[in-house]
Amino acid sequence: MEVARHWRETPERYRMEAGKCSKCGKIAFPGRMICPECGSTEFTKHTLSGKGKIVTYTIIRTAPDGFEDLVPYAVGIIELDDGIKILAQITDCNPEELKTGDRVVAKFRRINEDGKTGMIYYAYKFVPDVGI
Amino acid sequence: MRDIAIIGIGMIKFGELWEKSLRDIAVEAALNCMKDAGTDRIDSITIGCMSGGLFNGQEHLTSLLPDYLGRHTTPAVRVESACASGGMAVRSAFMEVASGMSDYVLALGVEKMTDVSENIETYTLATTADGDYEAFHGINLPGLYALMAKAHMEKYGTTRNQLAEVAVKNHRNGALNPHSQFPMEITVDTVLRSALVADPLRLFDCSPITDGAAAVLITTVEEAKKIGKQPLVIISGIGVASDTIALCQRKDILKFEAVELAGQRALKMAGKTINDINFAEVHDSYTIAEIMVIEALGIVKEGQGGVATANGITSLNGKFPINPSGGLKSKGHPIGATGVAQICEAVLQLRGQAGKRQIKNAKTALTQNMGGSGGSCVIHILEAK
Ligand SMILES: [Zn+2]
Repeated sequence: MEVARHWRETPERYRMEAGKCSKCGKIAFPGRMICPECGSTEFTKHTLSGKGKIVTYTIIRTAPDGFEDLVPYAVGIIELDDGIKILAQITDCNPEELKTGDRVVAKFRRINEDGKTGMIYYAYKFVPDVGI
Repeated sequence: MRDIAIIGIGMIKFGELWEKSLRDIAVEAALNCMKDAGTDRIDSITIGCMSGGLFNGQEHLTSLLPDYLGRHTTPAVRVESACASGGMAVRSAFMEVASGMSDYVLALGVEKMTDVSENIETYTLATTADGDYEAFHGINLPGLYALMAKAHMEKYGTTRNQLAEVAVKNHRNGALNPHSQFPMEITVDTVLRSALVADPLRLFDCSPITDGAAAVLITTVEEAKKIGKQPLVIISGIGVASDTIALCQRKDILKFEAVELAGQRALKMAGKTINDINFAEVHDSYTIAEIMVIEALGIVKEGQGGVATANGITSLNGKFPINPSGGLKSKGHPIGATGVAQICEAVLQLRGQAGKRQIKNAKTALTQNMGGSGGSCVIHILEAK
């Protein structure tokens, strides 16, 4: 149903591709056409490191449609080593044991699906960084 | 620009109004407003409604509502800014009269939320966030506010009990409001024992799902003086500002920049400072929201919203009463109607007609209405003259 909508986000969701402003160096994720810092319209491709630390997080107990099976699951804001913040699920952990400041790393995971026969949506989720 | 007065307000009792439709509640509020104004002259209508499409399968309210108001040729526009749609509709009405385009404009806010399943309600509310980079990842509105609450607790030492005190205070006020959806008092324990929605926020930290409508009739001060209602309530300042749609893209996720800027703009227009304001109706969609809003407005210092609430500063008889109506928490939060209902409460208070919840010597009021996780904000300054 929403195939095109998800397909066109593939560079961001599968490969964490961001834009880097050619003038001021600001990294924009997702990419933009106008730099929010300096107004420049020139960007180069920048692949995010996928590594960072938890700034804040919550444990979702009442989930939106399609996420019910995951409850309880953690969603957090991660400050990446690239210097930008990103929102994503934090998984492969006991959410009760997470702490602000924990190091996490991005992995490629299934996010949701459009019913039993529809499209499956993939993107990054973060997991505790055990240093491997 | 012409000077602007509010000559009529119309509320309905908020709630889960199964027996009434979107058009029924909108017309009921408008009728109450015309009755209060003592005139049925309406040159134009501005409609605040976030999502008739998703909640009711009904767009094109600019035809439906004039039609059912018995004036199917009257011009109408609809304004959408998520949960700030109502406040933005009042601003549009203000501008239309101030500019001289029309003399009498009805700002009508409405949202009929209970015609769909809970899943669709949640989905619709999540459309106020960044669909592709927030909602996609399985976070909803309470989840986004929970991220702020957690960070606020860790940075400023705000406690779980202080969050609860916001809900307790607003229910105490709402219990005195006959239009309130949940007019009962609660305790800190009620909040702490309610179900966790998104840690640390619980069910009683969240405003409810509500059907409701509210209306105000706006004209020039000159026209209002002819009608002669006393005291005259004027709109002396309006401020609007936006912020990033995605919470994580803000430099400081604990700062509602749109609220701060809209507040400064509204106060500047009115020639006032926050110290000149006697009370405020603010957007307490979640308990943490009220705490961060009173900080952004400069009513309390950065990080002190929780402590101030627990100390009674924002209570009805406190130094700076916040949400005498009961706020979104107790009065209810019919999205598109909320911003208009806040202005109805401010007018009632400024006229001295707020009954048991009347604030003494209320002369100047501020109303603050915002969308999503704070991505847009509209603020009005009202004065009794
Ligand atoms: Zn730049």
